[in-house]
Amino acid sequence: MHKHDLGQAARKFAKVCEILEKYDYKSDKLVPILQAVQEEYRYLPEDVLAFIATTIDISPARIYGVATFYSHFALEPKGKYVVRVCDGTACHVKGSNPLLSEIRNRLNLPKGKTTTPDLLFTLETVSCLGACGIAPVVVVNEEVHPLMIPGKTTKMIDEIMEKERVCDEQFA
Amino acid sequence: MNSENNLYINGREITIESEKNLLEVIRKANIDLPTFCYHSELSVYGACRLCLVDVEGRGINSSCSMKPEPGMKIKTHTKELRDIRKINIELLLASHKRECTSCVKSDSCKLLEIASKLGVEDVRFKQTLMNKGIDSSSPALIRDMDKCILCGDCVRACDEIQGIGVLDFAHRGSGAVVVPSFGKPLGEVECVDCGQCARVCPTAAITPKSDTKEVWDVLDDPEKYVVIQVAPAVRVSLGELFGYKDGENVTGQMISALKHLGFKKVFDTSFGADLTVLEEANEFLGRIESGEQLPLITSCCPAWVKYAEQYQPEFLGNLSSCKSPQGMVGALIKNTLPEKVNVDKKNIVSVSIMPCTAKKFEITRNSAEFKDVDYVLTVQELGRMIKEAGLVFGELEPESFDMPFGFKTGAGIIFGNSGGVAEAVVRHLSSNLNGADATVSDVIELRGINGIKRKRITVKDRQFNIAVVSGLKNAKELLNKIQSGEESYDFIEVMACPSGCAGGAGQPVTHNSETVAKRGKGLYETDKMLQLHNAHENPLIKDVYESFLKSPGSKIAHDLLHTHYKSRKRFEGGISLIQSGEEKKKISVCVGTSCFVKGSQKLLNRVVRHISVEGLSDEFEVSATFCAENCDKGPTVVVEGEIINHCSFDDLKKKIDTFRSE
Repeated sequence: MHKHDLGQAARKFAKVCEILEKYDYKSDKLVPILQAVQEEYRYLPEDVLAFIATTIDISPARIYGVATFYSHFALEPKGKYVVRVCDGTACHVKGSNPLLSEIRNRLNLPKGKTTTPDLLFTLETVSCLGACGIAPVVVVNEEVHPLMIPGKTTKMIDEIMEKERVCDEQFA
Repeated sequence: MNSENNLYINGREITIESEKNLLEVIRKANIDLPTFCYHSELSVYGACRLCLVDVEGRGINSSCSMKPEPGMKIKTHTKELRDIRKINIELLLASHKRECTSCVKSDSCKLLEIASKLGVEDVRFKQTLMNKGIDSSSPALIRDMDKCILCGDCVRACDEIQGIGVLDFAHRGSGAVVVPSFGKPLGEVECVDCGQCARVCPTAAITPKSDTKEVWDVLDDPEKYVVIQVAPAVRVSLGELFGYKDGENVTGQMISALKHLGFKKVFDTSFGADLTVLEEANEFLGRIESGEQLPLITSCCPAWVKYAEQYQPEFLGNLSSCKSPQGMVGALIKNTLPEKVNVDKKNIVSVSIMPCTAKKFEITRNSAEFKDVDYVLTVQELGRMIKEAGLVFGELEPESFDMPFGFKTGAGIIFGNSGGVAEAVVRHLSSNLNGADATVSDVIELRGINGIKRKRITVKDRQFNIAVVSGLKNAKELLNKIQSGEESYDFIEVMACPSGCAGGAGQPVTHNSETVAKRGKGLYETDKMLQLHNAHENPLIKDVYESFLKSPGSKIAHDLLHTHYKSRKRFEGGISLIQSGEEKKKISVCVGTSCFVKGSQKLLNRVVRHISVEGLSDEFEVSATFCAENCDKGPTVVVEGEIINHCSFDDLKKKIDTFRSE
C-alpha cells in the first residue's frame, strides 16, 4: 500500500506537467487546465495551483479567483464518489429535498460538511442537469440515477459502501 | 464651435473634444457625477453604477463605459437616476462596517462623502457583515474587508500599474471578496508594500498601517532622544491636510510642528539624497570604467527593490548597492549623533516621515542591533499626530532644519519626483566630468508623468543612455527589452509609484487627479529657489566626508551607506512527490519562475523517474519547491540542506550516488 502511494504523487505531478504542455502554458486556457487538473486530483490542491500560476505567468490570486468563482472547482479534496442531487425546478418540485436529507443522514455528514471524513463520499447539489424528464435525478460520478425516491437513494449508497468494503478486504 | 461634434447634457449643448468616455464629457460640463471605480489611469470597470445617465433612445447606462457620440441627448439627474444612485449607496452601506466616528479614513472617505452628497439619510436594509476580521500581517498595510465595497480599484491598480496582481476577487455573488491568493494574509504573499491599492481605495478597506502609537510612546519616554528626518516629497503635500493649496511648500510650519510634538532634531532626508548622488555616481563611474554590472539601476525605492528581489533575480547585481536616502540619514544619525549630543546610542530613536508605505518594510530589512530607522510614519500619520496635539498648523512660526543633516541642495529635493534621481546624477556627472553644469534642457525629458522616459545624454565626449521608469509593470517591460537585447542603457531609475514619491501611498488621500502633478511641480520650484542644485556643492556633505566618511565608496562609507540584496521567495509552499519519511534524505527541486524557465521541471521529472526505477523511494523523498532564493543561479536543487546551483541531472545523480555509498 505504501509503495503504491509513492508513485502516485509523482505520477500526478507528471500528469499536471503533461496538461500544461498540452495547453502550451497559455494563460487563456486556464479553465480547461483547471478542469483537467481537477480530474486528476479530484480537487485543486493549493500548491499545484501555485505551480500552475508560476508556469503560465499569471498571479496566484487570479487563479484562486477563477477556482472559487466556478462551483465546479473544489479547493478541498472531494470524495471518491461525488453524489450530485439535482435541485433544478423540476427535480425540486418532484422532491429532491427529501432525497438530499436522506443521503445526508445515511452518510452521517456533520453540519456544514460536504465530504465524509473517510473521503469516500461528497454530497453536492446542482442547479439543473437538463434531465427534467426523469426527475428527480441523482448523479454519482458519471452515472445517472433517474426517478429517485427515498429508500432508493439509501440503497444506492449502501451498495457503494459494500463494494468498497469488499475491495478493501481484498487489498488487506 | 463645431456643432457636428456636440451632444446635449440636460438640454445644454457641449462639444466633444478628446474625451475617451461620456463621463469625462459630463465632468467637463461641471457636473460631478459620483464614482468609486473610475480612475483615469486605470481601465474602465463599470462596477459602482453611480455614473449612470439616461441616454435618449438607449435607456440607462453607465457613462464611464460609453463612448460620447455627437447628437446624444443625456440626462444626469432624473428622479429615477437619483433613486438608483441612492439605493446603490444604501445597499453598500448595509454591508459596510459603519464605524465612521472611529475610522482612520473618515476625513477622506469617498463612501462617506458620496452618501452625504447624495442625501442618503436612512439605510433601509438590514446590516449584513461578513465579519472577516482585520488583516494586519503586512508591515505596511491594513486590510479590513468589512469596509470593502468591491469596486475593484485595488485589484486593477496592483495588476495594471505594478503588474503583480496580489489581490483579486474570489468567490461570487454575496460571498464575493477581494483577497490575496488562497485567501492568505497580505504579509504572507508577494506584496511589495507600495500601497497603490490603498491609494485608490475609496474606503478604509486598505489603509497604510499606523505606527503613531509607538512614536507617541517614545516621545513620552524621558529616557529617549527622538529625532526625525523628513523625505523631500512630504513638504509639498502635508499642507493639503491643513487647507493649503496642492503642492504648496510648508517646510517651515512642518518643522515647527515636529518640534512642538517633541522631536529633538529635525533632519532632511534630502541631505541623504545628496549623499546618495555622490555614492551612486561614484559607483556608476566605477562600473562604466570596468564595463560590468551595467545598467546601474537605482535602489532608493523599497517597493522596487523588493520587486526586483522577488521577480528580477537576474538584475539584482545591477542594483546600486546604495541604501536609500532614508537609510543613509538613519545610519549617520545612529553613528554620529550619540557623541555629538552626548546620549547613549540605545536611547537615540530615529523616526522618519515618508510619502511611502513600503518604507515601513524597508526598515525591517536589516536585523542589526541598531536599526538605521526605528519607525516610519506616513504623511497621513503625521497629519493625525499634529491634529491630535491640537496644533494650529497654519499659525505656527516657521522654523528651519537642524544641522548638519538638514542642509541640502536642489538635487536632493527633486528625488521625490520620477526622473529626479536620474536628473540629480546627471547634474553631478556633467559638472564632475567637464566642469559645466547640465542645463535644464538636457534633462527636461526625464521629467514628467510618462511611465517610461528615455534620454541619451552627452557629457563632454561620453554618452550615457538613461531610462526613467515609474510603475513596476513598466519596469518589467523595460527589463524584458534589455534582456532580449532590444534596448540597452547605462543608468536606469525605477520608482514603483506613478510620478514617483509625489504619488506615493503615504501621501494625503486625494480624489483629484491633478494633485500629484502639483506636488511634483512644488518640488521643482523648491529646487529653483535653493542656491545650490548640485549634490557635491553641499558644504555639509563635504564636511561629513572630511570628518567621517573619508570619500565616496570608502570602507566606512560602504559599511554604513551601502547594503546588499537577495533573491526572495514570493510565497511558501511545495509539492511532495515522493512521500516524506523521517529517515529519508530530502531532495527539493526548485520550480519557481526563474528555475522553471531554466528547465527545472524536466530535471524534476527525470529525478523522480530515476528514484523509482532504481527503487530508491525508501531512501529519498522528492519535492517540488517554489523558491530556494537562489534565482540567479538556477536550476537550484537542495539535497539534505545543501544547495546545488546550476544543477544538471548528472550533478544530481552523482549527489544521490554519494549518499547511497555512505
